[in-house]
Amino acid sequence: MKYRLLYFASLCDAAGCAEEVVASDATDPRALYAELATRHGFTFAPDRLRVAINGAFTDWNRRLADNDEVVFLPPVSGG
Amino acid sequence: MFSISEASIDVARLRRELESAGTGAAVCFEGRVRDNNDGRAVDGLSYQAYVELAEAEGRRIVDEARGKFAVEHVVCVHRIGDLVLGDVAVWAGVSAAHRTAAFDACRYVIDQVKARVPIWKREHYVEGASEWLHPEAR
Repeated sequence: MKYRLLYFASLCDAAGCAEEVVASDATDPRALYAELATRHGFTFAPDRLRVAINGAFTDWNRRLADNDEVVFLPPVSGG
Repeated sequence: MFSISEASIDVARLRRELESAGTGAAVCFEGRVRDNNDGRAVDGLSYQAYVELAEAEGRRIVDEARGKFAVEHVVCVHRIGDLVLGDVAVWAGVSAAHRTAAFDACRYVIDQVKARVPIWKREHYVEGASEWLHPEAR
């Protein structure tokens, strides 16, 4: 399946891009993050991140669908 | 009302959004860019947001504040982009019939925005380096 990834803050720096489309056999965010962490050298453990799919927060075990927009959100620092 | 803004925050305009005849109290919080953090000299900040989700989550926080406290108007705007010392990074304002609800709701909004809304801050240090802040949960 294909997923569209958006990256923010230090994940964007690590990935070297703000977005990309990836082909993957991962069927949930947990497996997809593990794959991307290996490829891009992400150092955050999953329990420090939140995940959003198609613009809404969701959980790590949600089933992904083809063309989903997936975002792994590092700890926020607004304000 | 919650929004993410690329333009500098017009505090006077936002304050007017708090006005109505039944409000005897207005409380606002201005978060400004300061010149130091954790012992390092700072000369500017850059903010990045996942705008679609930040605005949705910010609106949820405003709605929560309206449900929890006896308030009339709740307004919050957060900047993105490059900011210099003294710039307003976030503005939260609440009006209510009485001051207790206004103070409590304003505090609620800014605390929740800082904890939950997908916005990230990059500090630029006087010595030249810069880095994203990813604080541990408080």
